Amino acid sequence: MTDPGRPIEARNEDQVIADDLVKRFGKFVAVDHVSFRIASGEIMGFLGPNGAGKSTIIRILCGLLGASGGRAIVAGIDVSKDPEGVRQRIGYMSQKFSLYRDLTVEENLRFFGGIYSVPRAELAERMRFAIDMAGLAGREGALVATLAGGWQQRLALGCAVLHRPPILFLDEPTSGVEPASRRRFWDLIHSLASDGVTVLVSTHYMDEAEYCHRVALINHGRLIATGSPAKLKQTAIGGELLLVECDGLGATLAALQDAPDVQDCSVFGNALHILVGNAEKSLSELPDFLSAKGLRPRRMARIAPSLEDVFVQLIAADVAGRRAVA
Amino acid sequence: MRLRRLKAIAVKEILQVWRDPRSLMIALLMPFTQMFLLGYGVTLDLKHIPVCTFDREASQNSQALLKHFEASSYFAITRNVQTYPALVDAIDRADCKIAIVIPPDFSERLNDTGSSTVQAILDATDDNTANIALGYALAVVSGYSADVALDALNRQGTQFQQIQPMTVQSRVWFNEDLESRNFIIPGVVAVIMALIGAQLTSLTISREWERGTMELLISTPVKPSEVMLGKLAPYLVLGWIDAAFCLIIAAFWFGVPFRGTVFTLFVTTTLFLIVVLGIGYLLSVLIRSQIGASQIALLLTMLPTTLLSGYVFPIDQMPKVIQDITYLVYSRYYVTIIKAIFLKGADLPALAMPILFLLIYATAVMVLAARAFRKNLD
Repeated sequence: MTDPGRPIEARNEDQVIADDLVKRFGKFVAVDHVSFRIASGEIMGFLGPNGAGKSTIIRILCGLLGASGGRAIVAGIDVSKDPEGVRQRIGYMSQKFSLYRDLTVEENLRFFGGIYSVPRAELAERMRFAIDMAGLAGREGALVATLAGGWQQRLALGCAVLHRPPILFLDEPTSGVEPASRRRFWDLIHSLASDGVTVLVSTHYMDEAEYCHRVALINHGRLIATGSPAKLKQTAIGGELLLVECDGLGATLAALQDAPDVQDCSVFGNALHILVGNAEKSLSELPDFLSAKGLRPRRMARIAPSLEDVFVQLIAADVAGRRAVA
Repeated sequence: MRLRRLKAIAVKEILQVWRDPRSLMIALLMPFTQMFLLGYGVTLDLKHIPVCTFDREASQNSQALLKHFEASSYFAITRNVQTYPALVDAIDRADCKIAIVIPPDFSERLNDTGSSTVQAILDATDDNTANIALGYALAVVSGYSADVALDALNRQGTQFQQIQPMTVQSRVWFNEDLESRNFIIPGVVAVIMALIGAQLTSLTISREWERGTMELLISTPVKPSEVMLGKLAPYLVLGWIDAAFCLIIAAFWFGVPFRGTVFTLFVTTTLFLIVVLGIGYLLSVLIRSQIGASQIALLLTMLPTTLLSGYVFPIDQMPKVIQDITYLVYSRYYVTIIKAIFLKGADLPALAMPILFLLIYATAVMVLAARAFRKNLD
């Protein structure tokens, strides 16, 4: 291999393979038999609450944590057998900001250029690319500590791609970043992916999941669903969704939980989302059911589920499933 | 190992030290202050020991004896008292370390019997000082005693020549004036280097853990040996600067004779620096908090170095068990080396043994530190 920093040619190959990964910390199971594959140039989003195990999976794939079971293969290399080989081919942004705050923008880039042995002939051009990408032109000499959150995160991404890794692991790269900067960050991720870079990115912002080619929902260390956002919204929810706008959310919620055909009921902002087997049927039957209890919803309508609906639904089903097993 | 990565680490470390006033203060100011504090504070020479006199006779003879005390540079008469309670008071107040009491029949007995006594009362709370003071007092008294004897014989008409069948003609080597400072100051340099060296590097890895930069660093292809050498290199330079400060102060300010070569000093000092910096680094790798690592470094270097390195307290006067333990104290080798270079002008071959021990230490510390650095979070 002449230059390990170059993206790998075969674009159709899976760049990241997690095969039955398990990670235990003592008795606590942080990652519970997780398997997935990410194809070259694909953006895979890890969605899940804090503590779900997203970071742990990413750290295993980077070789920072040893798996208790299963296999992790990154860029065709078994992570447990050749972690250094993997490290040369990945870029990583950890959840906690981890550039040197007491170094300037340029000094940080030069440091990672040296650490990744970016060829000297290329380094100036790569640093220019990273600075432009992060929108930091003119601030090369600024101490990183003085930069706003969005800039810091884009610089971190710049440092992570300096050596042209074919695979990027981004652990909650947009946490603590204002919405406009988040949007811009995702544009960067998309442009990298269109150049063939494989991206695994975790987030707990539901709206960000929509930017991903494919989403993996993670809860309690388990992968509870994977698929494109569109596909998840169509199929994963296992029913049809109704919106109920009403006064007295609490009373209506309590009443609907006992209503026929209603599989689930949850609060979304100032309205309720209810999951039913058949939308037409419920739309005709539920008003009578509610008025019998003295409740008059202002509006009921069938809606397309958002990813958040899917997520809430799947997690509820997951919790119920686990209880049933226990 | 790649030089490129090593250099990247070293440059980064230099920038960080440069921008961290705390590290720089430790590095550059501490050797100065410690050198003067320890250099002036630690001396074993006793001069001008405060004396209280109680002359109960007040005769020509008694005053002549006390004149001898006054003339001696080892004593300084601080009080003349007239009663025993006043004498006790002087000792209680620590106005004097030793009291000389001349009995009322001092001259009478001297004339009648040809011999007399004086009383010395010693404050032995510091037994070392008391012992030395008593020794000096005996010398002063016997000097006077010899004068009296000679005088008496002369008066009897005998043209008396002092007979001394055998004497020792002593010649003191290496520290001709028997100045304890010449013996202690080079050791002080060793102590300061040991303390500061370990302090400097004890922060370097723990800082990365505390600031969260370590997670990213270990996700890169950098090797533990590159991190170690890259981080130690800038501190070695700082260590050289510190050593130069201390050694220059020792030679030019305190006037300790320097009889060796700068080359020998440079080689051995570098070796010692590698050991102390390596120990600080090892602690930093093992203990992931800056406070913890620097405290442990202080504890581990301070006590053994001050007590067991032989810089003040001679190792060959320690109990056997303690002597064996001192072989583990790396500072003792450098104390031996630096004293030999300064005072004896020793060259490298003469110092082969302590150098060998330091080499073993350096190798062991490096290997341990490189192994202890793990590139994972488990």
